[in-house]
Amino acid sequence: MSGKILSRLYLAAVGLFLAMPLIVVLGVSVNEKQDLAFPPVGFSLSWYAQIFFDPEWRRALIASVLLALSSAAIAVSIALPLAWFLWRRIAPWANIFQLLGIAPFILPPVITALGMLTFWASSGLYGQPWTAAISHGIFFVTLPLVTLSLGFASIDRSLTEAASTMGADDRTIMRTVVLPLIVPYLVSGYAFAFVLSLNEYIVAYMTVGFTLETLPIKIFNALRYGYTPTMAAVSVFFVFVAAIVFGLIAIFGDLRKLLGAMSSN
Amino acid sequence: MKREHTRSLTDYAPLVYPGLMLIIFFVVPFSTMIAVSFFQRDPAGFYKTAFVFDNYARFLSLFFGQVLGFSLLLSVLVALCCVTIAFPFTYLLVRQSRAIQTVWLVALLSVLSLSEVIIGFSWSTLLSRTAGISNLLVWLGLIDQPVALLPSFGAVLTGMVYQALPYSILVLYPALVRLDPTLVEAARTLGASPGRAFFNVVVPALRNTLVATIIMVFVFALGSYLLPQILGRPQHWTLSVLITDQAIYQSNMPFAAAMAVFLVLISLALVGLTLLVGRRESAA
Repeated sequence: MSGKILSRLYLAAVGLFLAMPLIVVLGVSVNEKQDLAFPPVGFSLSWYAQIFFDPEWRRALIASVLLALSSAAIAVSIALPLAWFLWRRIAPWANIFQLLGIAPFILPPVITALGMLTFWASSGLYGQPWTAAISHGIFFVTLPLVTLSLGFASIDRSLTEAASTMGADDRTIMRTVVLPLIVPYLVSGYAFAFVLSLNEYIVAYMTVGFTLETLPIKIFNALRYGYTPTMAAVSVFFVFVAAIVFGLIAIFGDLRKLLGAMSSN
Repeated sequence: MKREHTRSLTDYAPLVYPGLMLIIFFVVPFSTMIAVSFFQRDPAGFYKTAFVFDNYARFLSLFFGQVLGFSLLLSVLVALCCVTIAFPFTYLLVRQSRAIQTVWLVALLSVLSLSEVIIGFSWSTLLSRTAGISNLLVWLGLIDQPVALLPSFGAVLTGMVYQALPYSILVLYPALVRLDPTLVEAARTLGASPGRAFFNVVVPALRNTLVATIIMVFVFALGSYLLPQILGRPQHWTLSVLITDQAIYQSNMPFAAAMAVFLVLISLALVGLTLLVGRRESAA
């Protein structure tokens, strides 16, 4: 019995450690005046309104959301045919592409960032907004690649075999059997890439940092010129977006399975 | 539909687009970076084409040695702290109901996906004089007046443990979920206390997983580029910070590239080591 209480206490202590900075930021974000007092003095949601109505913050918000939407789409567009091919064909050497897709995520991010910086600088395209979308798309290709590989592995091959016996060609099978089965994995892969791209700083900074301000870049720049509660509000906003997206994945998909709770085949 | 061998060139068609994207936008940039590491600095632009080893020769300085030593030491400390906290945590987590596990996983993913900028900002607020934790201590009567707890080594370490802890838990999670529960039950039936069963049965059974996780978290911590800047002093800067600094603020791209190549080699060697450890585990 006491063991149960102890284990609850331990879980709660780790939870508190993880929540502590976020609680303080939440408190700071509702200050009435422009200072970072905690506990907050007065109550105001005006700093949240500022994310959407202050032209500079709104521009950063729009840039971040557009970047995340497009780079997640690029990541999925690369991962889907690759994962399908690896599932459909026996071609051991093609695994090298899987390795290439996972490498940017395993290596320290500053390496991908610097690689992208030298590449775009050398090709003369440095600073174009779309270069950030491609860079993020490559950087986060790992996430849809992993979820889609899990998704393909979970398809019962006798289903596709039955379809093929009954005369369906590859394209029909793909449309009527395979795609419907992997849509949840496709969506979660997109969502993972979206949330991480929204939060990403170093790759975005090294590729387009001087021409385009995403929210993380704007927060970091603001850190140097003095703190405002808006930064706290943006941080809380980010935590909420992440919690909602992952919460939705948990409700409509199987988060435990995605995180490896069950063996993949 | 069985997995089939490729019969004709058209079977490779689906691979063309992903293959090209990965080669053009990952392999080529990576190679460019390696090439640039042999180039010369050009104060007016990005770099001058050359073939010199100067950038690598700079590694031999005392300053670089100190930064490297500090980065490795800090990352080792972060990895050890994280796994020490995360291993018992994950062990207890997988014993909760599915619903509770899912709620925890959502929370862990939300913290893990947070930008380093936001983690840095949050901790700098939490450790600050005006809004920080020291106000709580004053209120409790433990200290007389609020103090700023940063910049300091402790702040950097705390921030990086915070950043890497969800990652450590999620790396350990699959191994612990799949751990055969009868192992612990057998130990308990034979009279071991829960603590003893944990240390004498679970820990040794997952020794290789633990080693692999420590290395993974170590590589993850090596990549931290903002927390040492926001929470520490210049002497707490790590290799990742130095690379960013050289590339952006000192506009010395060749030197930054040389350091990045060096960091890749360290990381690859360590990731290779985890694969080796993992293989031995599955063979056993």
